[in-house]
Amino acid sequence: MPLTIRTIALGLLLWLCSVPGWAQDTDRQQMKGLDEQVQEIKSDVLGIAAELSQLEEKLLYPSGTQVAVFVALAEGDPMRLDAVRLQIDGQLVAHYIYSFKELDALRKGGVQRIYVGNVPTGDHQLEVLVDGKLEGGADYSRTEKFSFNKGVQPKLVGLTLAGPGSGRPPIELGNW
Amino acid sequence: MARALHRLLGVGVAIALASAPSSGSDLKDLYFGEALYHAYQGQYFEALERLDTELAQYHGLDEPLLDTLHYHINGAEFSVGDFELNYRMHHRAGRAIKAVLEGNVDEAVRNEAAFRLARIHFQKDQLDDALHALGRIQGKVPEAIADDVEFLRANIYMATGRPGDAVKVLRQLKPSEDLTGFAAYNLGIALLQDGHAVEAIEQLDKAGQIKASDHADLAIRDKSNLVLGTILYESADFGRAEQSLDRVRLDGPFSNQALLRAGWAEASAEHYDRALVPWNILVQREPTDAAVQEAMLAAPHAYAKLNVHGRAALMYGSALQSYTGQIERVDASINSVREGEFLKALVREEIRQDKDWVIRLRSLPDAPETYYLMELMASHDFQTALQNYLDLEDLRSKLVTWQSSFDAFEDIIRLRGQNYEPLLPEVDAQFRELDSQMRLRLEQRKHISERLQAMLTAPRPDYLATADERILGERIALIDKQLQGSDSPEAAALRQRAAHVRGALTWRLQTEYHERLTAAHVHLHELNAHVDALNAQYEAFVRTRQAATHSYVGYDVQIARLRERVDGALQRVGIVMARQGHMIETVAINQLKARRERLVAQQTEARYAVADSYDRAARLQSGGEEH
Repeated sequence: MPLTIRTIALGLLLWLCSVPGWAQDTDRQQMKGLDEQVQEIKSDVLGIAAELSQLEEKLLYPSGTQVAVFVALAEGDPMRLDAVRLQIDGQLVAHYIYSFKELDALRKGGVQRIYVGNVPTGDHQLEVLVDGKLEGGADYSRTEKFSFNKGVQPKLVGLTLAGPGSGRPPIELGNW
Repeated sequence: MARALHRLLGVGVAIALASAPSSGSDLKDLYFGEALYHAYQGQYFEALERLDTELAQYHGLDEPLLDTLHYHINGAEFSVGDFELNYRMHHRAGRAIKAVLEGNVDEAVRNEAAFRLARIHFQKDQLDDALHALGRIQGKVPEAIADDVEFLRANIYMATGRPGDAVKVLRQLKPSEDLTGFAAYNLGIALLQDGHAVEAIEQLDKAGQIKASDHADLAIRDKSNLVLGTILYESADFGRAEQSLDRVRLDGPFSNQALLRAGWAEASAEHYDRALVPWNILVQREPTDAAVQEAMLAAPHAYAKLNVHGRAALMYGSALQSYTGQIERVDASINSVREGEFLKALVREEIRQDKDWVIRLRSLPDAPETYYLMELMASHDFQTALQNYLDLEDLRSKLVTWQSSFDAFEDIIRLRGQNYEPLLPEVDAQFRELDSQMRLRLEQRKHISERLQAMLTAPRPDYLATADERILGERIALIDKQLQGSDSPEAAALRQRAAHVRGALTWRLQTEYHERLTAAHVHLHELNAHVDALNAQYEAFVRTRQAATHSYVGYDVQIARLRERVDGALQRVGIVMARQGHMIETVAINQLKARRERLVAQQTEARYAVADSYDRAARLQSGGEEH
């Protein structure tokens, strides 16, 4: 956290001292005005994005058939997650390869929505395949099968992944 | 420096996420986790889009306590403000954090919110508001931000021209390791601004010798030494100035300035031979740097002072050539900026993937305009303008994609309509028939259920007679009717036999009544499972039927409205982007023109100096020959 305040500090110092001032007062005023307009546009576009994603969800993934699968990592797990593959009722629905940034975001506690799609109400099979590397560099791969029931409401399936040293199941299905 | 600026742009997210769950497994709300996932990758637009939707849904609920976001609501309210701050939406960020501040939250949370609000005001140069926000911090301050609060307070005092107050705060501050270098430097600057030059020099001397390991710490240590060296140089304390400037790393962001000033410190003490050491290093460096260009004149000046006029003449000649080349490059850069190449270079995706992309711009072979603008691009104002421009470019690209997605949506809707419209009338007709049959059966079942319920209190054995028994009872009644009016002995015998049979039937109905009633209830119960399955199937059909209609009906108005909004936003983005771009270009051209003027002046100086040095060298040579 202190890094953030240090950045303010460094920014201030740069501002106070050596960096050439680029703006006259009129430029500054103009820039401020533009900055405010940019903020308004951002706000507008966020509003459009929200309405658009609602429309998209209603049109493409109606609640009666919607299923969404999320991936999280167990806290403090050192496993390097390389890829996750999902099959629903024997059909490959997602095959995701993780970048460093994405893996870092998962390690910090972020949750990835890896798949959103449609299934009919009733019982379904979910097969999860995880590929990664352990701390020592050894390859790691696990496959688990789960059942889930799709009801009238959107179905959210949460998967928590863990390496073998964590004492947790390698792939855990959470209920949300 | 680029890293520091990169961090500056990322201000706040670490604090925001301090209140977030530490791992995915602690999460109760997956969509909040998804917002964090985007934020941790610096995708603040996506993070905000997700979290705004979640918060709007949460606040619209009748019973929000039952929602999974309830477990993270404080973190989510904080996070939305910080995401907005990181997405440079200060107005909204301020509002979001104010809402937390005025909400029913505990002291530590309120104090943290006040700190964040102060930080936003500070970044927006609203210094009085920033102080006012800090004034709202009372009681227990979370340990994790205690240093930051005081450090920010000192920064605000310095920015408001109250260096004395800043000194008091910084003197009391016992900063964590991360803040040590910055606090020490700021104390030095505050002392200097407060008129305590001697103490300021001592303090900057300490700040210039602090142990440092990461880029930011090393940079601030270099900065301390550079500032100290400059102060000492201006006080004519050349020896100490030189010592201080020597501590600046040769590969750091301040090294060129330090080498230049170190040379001047030596030259001012008339140690020209020693001045040549840093200047000769400097002249080998990137020729677009202002310090390097100055050193190109300074180094031959030192040689001239040492009476090495031949060498001076050669170096002046080389500087003249370099300035001429640089002026051509600046001219090319100005033209390139005017043709829009600078803005094109700034939005190049492959460059922006790199966190040090501003630095990498310089290495673009086809972007000469960036050579001279590194300092400009590192300035806070320019960064804000540039980030706004880049954000607008991202928004523009999103809006263009959305425009095409409307066409795709309309195609889907049209195809669905074409598929369903011929099918649905027949499906509906079949459904109506099945529906009436089903309603009839359900009515019958209901009637039977009511009867059985009534029989628990008012037994009716006849209701539980089998079909054969009912036929038998009717036949006995018919026989009785036929025998009416006949007094013959055969008739009397038949009546008696009929009475026996009726008695046997009644006996069976009466004695088996409870058993039959139980069996009837069991059967009815068994029927319930079938009725439930039927109802479920019925509801599923109704839902599917509704979904079929909903899949293509009722979108026209919403899509038309969204299309209009997207078109409008795209137009506004275009206008503001053009203004922002024009401003960036104007500032860049002004900067380049200033550099050009300086180069022209240096070129003129070099031209005279070349001639002068050759004269002196010639005179020296001829003087030597005469002797």
